[in-house]
Amino acid sequence: MGKGNILSLLILTLVIIIFPIVIKDTYLHTIGIFAGINALVAIGLTILMGYAGQISLGQAAFYGIGAYISAILSLHFGLPVILSIFLALLVSSTAAIILAIPALRLKGHYLAVATLGFGEIIHIILHEWGPGGPSGFGDIPKMNLFGYTFTSTNDYFYLVWMCVVVIMIFSLNLINSMTGKALQAMHGSEIATQTAGINLTKLKIKVFILSSIYASLAGAMYAHYVTFLSPSSFSLFHSVLFLMMVVIGGISNIWGGIVGALIITILPEVLRGFKEFDILLYGLILTLFLLFMRKGLVPMTIDTYKRWIHR
Amino acid sequence: MSLLLQFLFSGLTTGSVYALVGIGFNIVYNSTSILNLAQGEFVVIGGLMMWFFLEGMNLPFATSVALTLTVAATVALLMERLTIKPLLKKGDLLLMIMVTIAVSILIRGLLMFKFGKDPYTYPPFTEGEPLVIYGAVITQQTLWVIGITALSIVILYLFFNKTMLGRAMKACSLDIKAARLMGINVSNMVMLSFIISGLIGAIGGIAITPISLMEYDKGAMLSVKGFCAAIMGGLGRGRGAVVGGFTLGILESFTAGYIHSGFKDAVALLIMLFILFFRPAGIFGKTETLRLRKF
Repeated sequence: MGKGNILSLLILTLVIIIFPIVIKDTYLHTIGIFAGINALVAIGLTILMGYAGQISLGQAAFYGIGAYISAILSLHFGLPVILSIFLALLVSSTAAIILAIPALRLKGHYLAVATLGFGEIIHIILHEWGPGGPSGFGDIPKMNLFGYTFTSTNDYFYLVWMCVVVIMIFSLNLINSMTGKALQAMHGSEIATQTAGINLTKLKIKVFILSSIYASLAGAMYAHYVTFLSPSSFSLFHSVLFLMMVVIGGISNIWGGIVGALIITILPEVLRGFKEFDILLYGLILTLFLLFMRKGLVPMTIDTYKRWIHR
Repeated sequence: MSLLLQFLFSGLTTGSVYALVGIGFNIVYNSTSILNLAQGEFVVIGGLMMWFFLEGMNLPFATSVALTLTVAATVALLMERLTIKPLLKKGDLLLMIMVTIAVSILIRGLLMFKFGKDPYTYPPFTEGEPLVIYGAVITQQTLWVIGITALSIVILYLFFNKTMLGRAMKACSLDIKAARLMGINVSNMVMLSFIISGLIGAIGGIAITPISLMEYDKGAMLSVKGFCAAIMGGLGRGRGAVVGGFTLGILESFTAGYIHSGFKDAVALLIMLFILFFRPAGIFGKTETLRLRKF
């Protein structure tokens, strides 16, 4: 982990600690919580897209599996929340393995379409068989850890962002490990990496599973915070939103995931008055970023900063 | 028996649209190796713009069709020139697939802004008594949909095999470098492939809207099903998409009729995953022919 990353982690931690102390508005805390939850998904997706060069259009499905399984296990089977979250992660990583093994063996972007199909199937299953069907269900137990129940938004804000920091440290370590080096090499040249004796398919599958675990963890955090779930929160459009977070923040830098998640979470709050425009606006932003700011905000900022230093 | 026939015909009707979207996928895929995930949006453009000209502005039928097709072709042209062309030379598949998603959301956003979230429809092309075959009721519009699809397929077949322009496009799909050496303007052919696929999507939309209604957000599912039809027949093979589309439509209609209408959409998705996993060259194709056989 480089100096820049350690410094960024320290700054992030500091901001997290100070934010609820300085700003007392519960509404802003809630937005902060949702941004953190989205960041968890976006970090995983950035690793998948930026490092493994694969695309998932079904991240909302893993998010949904995490949310529904954890909610159902804790609500209907009375399991402790922490155990139900753990089991939910297990279920979604199993689903990821089943999906990734055949899809990643194929050339081209079959994973994109396979995940899109998978996402829609999960959406239909939640719609038809999920508790409460299309209208969803509530009364999901609040998050509790070691006998402590998180009831205040303040506490939950800290919990969510602590998760983000831990996941971030883990991910940065991963990227700087041998696995990460192999991933970066793969991005440079698949053939050369294969020649060096690295099993690319295995590597891609591992990264895909990792991203699905991050997404389902985020889903579970969502479920035990809002305590109400309905299938509409886990549609294809949400998968596209996660994709947007990564593109806007910057596909080649996992800090981009956090920045993108913040922007995409805050954007609809700022644009509350333009409800009829929102899809149009999302489409426009995504198109413009892909055409003119392909690198994304974080790498672009770093580039500008470096150029400014060397002047 | 009458119920079976009824489902069969309703399956053929929806299957027609899947076939048209699937052919659109193939045409673009053959010229660019891109999966254009905005393909389904052109069906929606067809249906909604037709309503706008026919009902909203009270224009005659033929004028409305002409204007609707012009709009669809223009959107396809703009999409290709503004988003595909600048990015295509970068050769980044990840980027290409994302930009087609971005455009599909953009189109959906525009349609929602113009038409809202309500479903739209207009009267069938011809008024008249429905046909009754063995107790199954077949409306005249159903015959229109199937007939127009069949006609489109024949025209496309003739275009790709009998005209110079069509053969030039076919040449690009076989080997871009060789085609360029033969003096074919590849960039124009790519543009043309987008326009043609946009047009046939819109034709499907114009024909199906009196039967199944049209709303702004139908595009995503149509893209998925059109893609499913395309890979059922083996991606890139025109005739495959036709068989795939009709098969998918019939399977869906039987599922909705005999099992549960909520699972109608799941059929296409399950078939799609099954093919991607076990028969990536399509149900009828061999893997080696994946890139060799064209329309």
